[in-house]
Amino acid sequence: MTLTDRVNAAIRAVPPWCLYVVAPVPAAWWLYLGLTGGLGVEPIKALEHELGEFALQLLILGLAVTPLRQHLRINLMKHRRAIGVIAFFYVFLHLLAWLLLDMRGLWSQILADIVKRPYITIGMAGFALLIPLALTSNNLSVRKLGPAWRKLHKLVYPAVLLGGLHYIWLVKGLQFEPLLYMAAIVGLLLLRWVPQRRRAMARA
Amino acid sequence: MAGRWKNDLNWSDITPKAAFLNRRQLMAGAGAAALGGAAGPALADLGAVPSEYSTDMEPNTFEEITSYNNFYEFGTGKGDPAEYADALTIDPWTVTIDGMVDKPGDYSFDDLVSGMTLEERIYRFRCVEAWSMVVPWVGFELADLLNRVGVQDGAKYVAFETLVRPEEMWAQKRPILEWPYREGLRLDEAMNPLTIMATGLYDEPMPKQNGAPIRLVVPWKYGFKSIKSIVKISLTDKEPPTTWNMLQPSEYGFYANVNPNVDHPRWSQATERKVGGGLFAKRVPTQMFNGYEEEVASLYEGMDLSRYY
Ligand code: HEM
Repeated sequence: MTLTDRVNAAIRAVPPWCLYVVAPVPAAWWLYLGLTGGLGVEPIKALEHELGEFALQLLILGLAVTPLRQHLRINLMKHRRAIGVIAFFYVFLHLLAWLLLDMRGLWSQILADIVKRPYITIGMAGFALLIPLALTSNNLSVRKLGPAWRKLHKLVYPAVLLGGLHYIWLVKGLQFEPLLYMAAIVGLLLLRWVPQRRRAMARA
Repeated sequence: MAGRWKNDLNWSDITPKAAFLNRRQLMAGAGAAALGGAAGPALADLGAVPSEYSTDMEPNTFEEITSYNNFYEFGTGKGDPAEYADALTIDPWTVTIDGMVDKPGDYSFDDLVSGMTLEERIYRFRCVEAWSMVVPWVGFELADLLNRVGVQDGAKYVAFETLVRPEEMWAQKRPILEWPYREGLRLDEAMNPLTIMATGLYDEPMPKQNGAPIRLVVPWKYGFKSIKSIVKISLTDKEPPTTWNMLQPSEYGFYANVNPNVDHPRWSQATERKVGGGLFAKRVPTQMFNGYEEEVASLYEGMDLSRYY
């Protein structure tokens, strides 16, 4: 058995419901830390950051599923739905942290920020694009929508790009982390395109 | 101290003495408790005297003030300065004072501080990122220093620079900002009695993450104007380039006065949250000139503050 086989066997051995069970653990842990001083002296911002960063990481992991299979033969297909749904869950928690803790009760400032602050607008657009995807992440929708389901779920590409752009837009000065995330996103999107092109050329 | 008597503020306008003393006792307790928690060498008391310019607000704890900092020379994370600033050598320390002054030269830290009365100034501190603190700084008025070195006629601005020493300030190896960090004030802003050169907080020498050994504090401006670990002060007749303004002039002006009515293009400045309130801390309205309107509004009379932001 090669290493890849072993990795794939391990991945197959995990039932998807396990992921849903452990999914809330990081959020609960950060909330606990935030309540007990473990997130530093500004826990609201820290919580917002942890949730946002984890959401972005999960979205990127979701984007990596196909290239991992095509290029490294690592097969995460079985868990792709769980990864996507949990990523959405964390984007939603990130939004809730902003609404309920950061901007608590300041409804007019919230509305103004959503329309006036590009990084918030972009984040909101990313979130909005993810809503239909989360709602159709079930077998019934896949069956009902047929080929349209695949088309619809291509919305994840612009959604992740918006998430990455949101991060770049909100930092001050020239910082590397958001650029690294963006490079990963763009790289993973390009990887989808490369082999198709090669195949097309081979056929020609 | 300089400029003191030009101001119409009076001790009794601010705080009844009894209440003031009471607060100081409370604070000394809080400070000692905080210091007890943060293990470290026992530091000498600076013996700062109280000032009528101090606010009545509850100061943030020593731990809060020293664990949540923007000091990009040590990294962009809020905890980075506390983690990495230890590497900074602050003794010996020399500040070059040049430009339109009568007595230019290289001044050691001791030269600068000798003969100055150190005051405790409990000031509100408002970051451009919409968080705030209340800090019991220790320092002397910048005006006292400028008067000592003799400002020449025609000088209109004061420019400041932070140390560049990438071996000790690791993030200076990255182009996060254009180093050295630069700031500047108009001369009348620099001479305002609220403007201080701070050498400590909580009656202790300045912690490194807060800009040791000497930094500027301009309480009515966004925090980034209050430049840290200063090695150069120049008097000029031209508005000096300033770091954040150089990076993004549409977002950071030369003046950077706290102003709830002029938003940062990327976020609102109408509200702020005081650090240390936990997970359920509420935002509060930001005050014009960070609450120092009475003392400084006259400096900007007739200026369109949405243009000179
Ligand atoms: C696809 C959706 C989104 C993703 C992937 C995302 C991701 C992120 C990331 C990675 C950060 C930076 C965390 C850090 O500094 O470590 C962040 C910060 C932030 N996000 Fe989002 N976000 C999304 C949507 C939203 C939405 C819908 C809102 C609110 C309407 C929002 C509001 C914020 C705020 C306020 C910050 C913190 C800004 C600051 O530091 O002041 N985000 N987000």
